[in-house]
Amino acid sequence: MEMTIFVAGAIAAVVGALGVVLARNPVHSALFLLLTMATMAVFFLLQDADLVAIIQIVVYASAIVVLFIFVITLLGVDQHEKLVEPHPVQRWLGIPLGLVLFGLVLAITRDDWVTGQQSVVGPLDTDRRSGNVRQLAEHLFTDYVWAFEMTAVLLVIAVVGGVVLARRSGHRAVPEPEAEP
Amino acid sequence: MLAAEVTPPYYLTLAAALFTIGAVGLLVRRNTLVMFMCIELMLNAANLTFVTYAKALDDIGGQVIVFFTLVVAAAEVAVGLAIIVAIFRRRQNVTADDVDLLKG
Repeated sequence: MEMTIFVAGAIAAVVGALGVVLARNPVHSALFLLLTMATMAVFFLLQDADLVAIIQIVVYASAIVVLFIFVITLLGVDQHEKLVEPHPVQRWLGIPLGLVLFGLVLAITRDDWVTGQQSVVGPLDTDRRSGNVRQLAEHLFTDYVWAFEMTAVLLVIAVVGGVVLARRSGHRAVPEPEAEP
Repeated sequence: MLAAEVTPPYYLTLAAALFTIGAVGLLVRRNTLVMFMCIELMLNAANLTFVTYAKALDDIGGQVIVFFTLVVAAAEVAVGLAIIVAIFRRRQNVTADDVDLLKG
């Protein structure tokens, strides 16, 4: 049963990933991305990562993909992409290099796929005594509390950066030759 | 045929394939929005690897790292899409080759 779900999900994930790269229309790319994100949540559920799977759906599949589609439709860039390649080598070099990368990633994990010390941070509670959410939260707010606080700083910086970028170009809709300060 | 158990190498191979597709897409495509989606694809492949190792090594740390990766990805998308909108307002175009001088 698990294998059936995995095979179906793997096919869907790879089709979605190929669709992102091959689709001409960016809206179709975003929808293929949604397919891959959703199947990724299924894989997380299969591997006892309940909270991460839900966050995957809420943050990635909902917020980020919707943001992408919003920007695509706002800008109206879904009609024209220049297919003239200024660097023709890049396209023909990209695919062999990608295959080399795939081989390398597989090669470094081929020998003894899973090695290392077990349960360094804490064991995974797979028999659901306390639950995945509680367990993740305990580690997040004890061992990783400093990193957690830093994510708050990061998000504030991101919000300020987004506002600054949107404002600065707002009152300069007409392109001017002057240099950016 | 499909009775065998799903072991970590299956997930790791799938994650490697998704990462490769994302990397090739980043090299091949010109539209900055699609390049951005390819980056998200690569981030997702890394997340799948983290969760797979969390399960294989019986370690909650992998899932905690995925949580942080998601936060970083959200911040990255917010800033990146703001940059793309700013570029589009000036140039009416989001092709990567038009901004290869890294100036407006």
